[in-house]
Amino acid sequence: MDNILTILIFFPALAGILGFVVDKRSAKAYGVAVASVELLLALWLWAMFDVNNPGMQFTEFSFVIEQFGIAYNLGVDGISLFIVVMAALITLLGMILLRPDTKNMKNMIVSLLFLEMTMVGVFLSLDAIIFYLFWELSLVPMLYIIGAWGGPTRVYAAVKFFLYTFAGSLIMLVGLLATAYFFFLQSGTWSFNILDWYTLKLTTDQQFWLFLAFFSGFAIKVPMFPFHTWLPHAHGQAPTIGSVILAAVLLKMGTYGFVRFSLPILPDASVTFTPFIMGLSLIMVVYTAMIAFAQKDMKQVIAYSSVSHMGIIMLGVFAMNAEGLGGSIFLMLSHGIVSGGLFMLVGVIYERTGTKIMDEFGGLAAIMPVYATVFGIMLMASVGLPLTIGFVGEFLVLLGFYKVSVIGTIIAGSTIIIGSVYMLALFKKSFFGPVRHEKNLSLKDLDARELSALLPLVAIVVWLGIYPNPVLKPIDNSCKALLIQMEEHAQLESTKEAIIISKKEVE
Amino acid sequence: MFIDPKSITMEMLNLATLMPMLIAIAGGLIILTIDLIKDHIHKSLYVMLTVLILIIDLGSVMGLNFGPDEKGFFDVLLIDGISIISQILILVASIMFIPLALTSKRFHEYSYPEFFALFMFMIAGFQFMVSSDNLILIFIGLETASLSLYTLIALHNRHNSFEAAVKYFTMGALAAAFFSMGAAVLYGISGSLELNQISVAIESRMAEPGMMILLLGGAGLLLASFAFKLSLFPFHTWAPDVYEGASAPLAGYMSVVPKVAAFVVSMRIFEMFIELHIEWVQSMIIILAVITMTIANLMALVQEDVKRMLAYSSISHAGFVMVAIALATTKSNTGIFLYYGLFMFTNLGAFAMLWVSRHKHRVHHARYDHPYEKFAGMIKIMPMSAVVMGLFMLSLAGVPPFSVFWGKIYLMSATVDAGYVWLAIVMGLNSAIAAYYYLKLIVYMFLKEPADDANHETVYYNVSKPLLTILGFAVFVTVASIFYVNPLIEYITEMIKISGVGFN
Repeated sequence: MDNILTILIFFPALAGILGFVVDKRSAKAYGVAVASVELLLALWLWAMFDVNNPGMQFTEFSFVIEQFGIAYNLGVDGISLFIVVMAALITLLGMILLRPDTKNMKNMIVSLLFLEMTMVGVFLSLDAIIFYLFWELSLVPMLYIIGAWGGPTRVYAAVKFFLYTFAGSLIMLVGLLATAYFFFLQSGTWSFNILDWYTLKLTTDQQFWLFLAFFSGFAIKVPMFPFHTWLPHAHGQAPTIGSVILAAVLLKMGTYGFVRFSLPILPDASVTFTPFIMGLSLIMVVYTAMIAFAQKDMKQVIAYSSVSHMGIIMLGVFAMNAEGLGGSIFLMLSHGIVSGGLFMLVGVIYERTGTKIMDEFGGLAAIMPVYATVFGIMLMASVGLPLTIGFVGEFLVLLGFYKVSVIGTIIAGSTIIIGSVYMLALFKKSFFGPVRHEKNLSLKDLDARELSALLPLVAIVVWLGIYPNPVLKPIDNSCKALLIQMEEHAQLESTKEAIIISKKEVE
Repeated sequence: MFIDPKSITMEMLNLATLMPMLIAIAGGLIILTIDLIKDHIHKSLYVMLTVLILIIDLGSVMGLNFGPDEKGFFDVLLIDGISIISQILILVASIMFIPLALTSKRFHEYSYPEFFALFMFMIAGFQFMVSSDNLILIFIGLETASLSLYTLIALHNRHNSFEAAVKYFTMGALAAAFFSMGAAVLYGISGSLELNQISVAIESRMAEPGMMILLLGGAGLLLASFAFKLSLFPFHTWAPDVYEGASAPLAGYMSVVPKVAAFVVSMRIFEMFIELHIEWVQSMIIILAVITMTIANLMALVQEDVKRMLAYSSISHAGFVMVAIALATTKSNTGIFLYYGLFMFTNLGAFAMLWVSRHKHRVHHARYDHPYEKFAGMIKIMPMSAVVMGLFMLSLAGVPPFSVFWGKIYLMSATVDAGYVWLAIVMGLNSAIAAYYYLKLIVYMFLKEPADDANHETVYYNVSKPLLTILGFAVFVTVASIFYVNPLIEYITEMIKISGVGFN
């Protein structure tokens, strides 16, 4: 099956179109079935994936607009493979967790399936325009999910989400078009193939501006400080499934964009901008962690902590060494699993009580012991406790970042402490102490539907926390290949020096 | 070139070049004749006859010989590549728009055969306009088309249609005055009305003192005239009122066909100046384009009526495309036709949706026919039409992979290639602003609750099978654009290269 990537991308979309015909009472079952098949396909891709090959695999290529160099060009490597698997997994679990009495269930399932197509498409595209196509298209189903099933000010939040990201990505589009033009000037042919662009020699000035153009698209998506203001709104209003997918997968598009575009195409500018990005990331890590501490709403705590962790991912990406980059890719996965899980858990309690304010709870551990246990495990993973999935990535990122900046590492590391403070405070307020409301005494513990969505996540948290190698190795291979490519491609000596640390270690 | 009257032969006349216009005019006359012979003929006959004649017309256009020097009819007609593609575009758009007359409810204007005859004359006018480089013939074509169009608008028997027609007529008269004055200045400079000879004359006299002032007058007046026709700032104020007053199919038609014709003429006139390296013409056009798209976008944000919003949006699209005239490269010229070719179908769909939901009387709002509230909660009442309208809005906003996106990136890419990265960013940001008002309609349709009195009939009032066919076709073309953009670009580029307009 050489065209498995095409199948992976378009199977959910096709199922979405056919889903219009399915009766609305069976819509959820249909969605879960389709998403399971998609996950199986993704796992099959993993099984067939050659872990020792750091390059692109299962590539597909056919021209869409030949004259203009736009091609339907797909491929997967160690960096994108696991994000795709995670996207398929999270979509499936999110669907399982959907309440059977969700209104307009059919529309929800169809939107989710289209969203899945765009998510998988973004990570598998090797052509800049096809990438952009899926990137923009992902906004539409998300707009609908937030806007139709969200909270009281959902329309405002949904439109803000759409416009913010749309504006940023249009500037990125200008950057992509400019890059293609520079490529045309150098080689005489038009190409939007990212791998072709990796050979592009750009002047420092060109790289500077292109980096800014890419930055405006990716940074809003991540979201980097100070472009993060759309995210708390979106999370605050989105339904559980919306928050889960937003945090677990959509935000990763931004960091993935930095890894796939900014670093290898613009190595010199990436190094030049490193202090700037690190500054922003450190502010983002510390500042949002503090905001998280000040929140009263459980979901906002998790939303801000999720932003804070995205900052750590950014630090890893711009550490420019194998540990940092590999760690940040791994952290993308673990962040997806953990924040996805936490948003699901908040959704569970919100469904039961209709509130997300921590002060309203208390003593839940005695009433809902299983729930408390699952929450505890996810929380530990979020804080980065050893033997959980959160530790591996965070440790690697900090290790990589240590080689770049000791003080920065200390600041970033301190957030683990702040993180544990607000997370444990959340846990204490909600799960221990006296029960605040009489009606909370009768809360039911997790039922089969919720367990079947949450237990796989718990299993992954523990499994990859103890034995991350099967995932870490392919990631590491591809990251090293990327760094070597970056170093060969770099033109300034200072850039080569900034990256060279890792190359020595490779050999 | 002057032709000696004694030595004219049929070959020199090259009458084939005149065929397409003659077919349209003859078609109009045929329709009038039928009316003389038999009374009370149903509009569907006229519509289908119009479509058939236009198809013959299209066939004759495709059969024409063309080239940069393919002249005919006393050398006033010029059949080059852009003349061919713009005629094809005009005819295809007309063939798509005229069946919108086949509504389930009766509308006054379609019961008159004059409507269809005028429609044909208008098309002939546009065809003259795009296939000539003689300023007088361009003017005649422009006026023939415009006068017919004013009448067509007024035939929609409503208070504000008359207002629209009179407004359009007054503004059009002003534009015609500017055009003739501008043409007179150019004639004064060069002693000729043919653009290629004007170009030669200006080039040879460029160094003369005071020449720039004359050129400023000539180019400035012509620019003002075409700014009226293309509804560019500050001459755009008529557009929303006229669009609102005209029936939805005509409004949609006006946002495409007259603009394509005007763009072709601007291409011939202004790119001539730009090729002569008269840089202030270029700067002026860029400034106009930027202000037009920005102002129109900002105005569109505050509209309460979908049709007025679409009117402002089409002004902004025209500003977006105007950038291509300033760049004057093969790629940008290709972009103009690509953009309008793709925009046409999406706009056709959007206006057809408005037409489908049109009432004889204003049901939802005292002032507007199509207020946003009318579309509230459409996803609950009519999921299919909500999805379809949503697709058109996303396409207009430039969300990939829908059709207008390809036109947008092609034009933005042409802008980047020409070295105007800042301009490309302005275009990008304007698309982001524009996304807001398209999104507003989507928000109303998908995310709001339906109004209390809304039911199936109140919104889907005017629907009929032919309209649904047109809509289905528009949806198909909008969604499947990724599959045909490549041949389209190749064809247009080839035709532009044959024309010799703009830099390479």
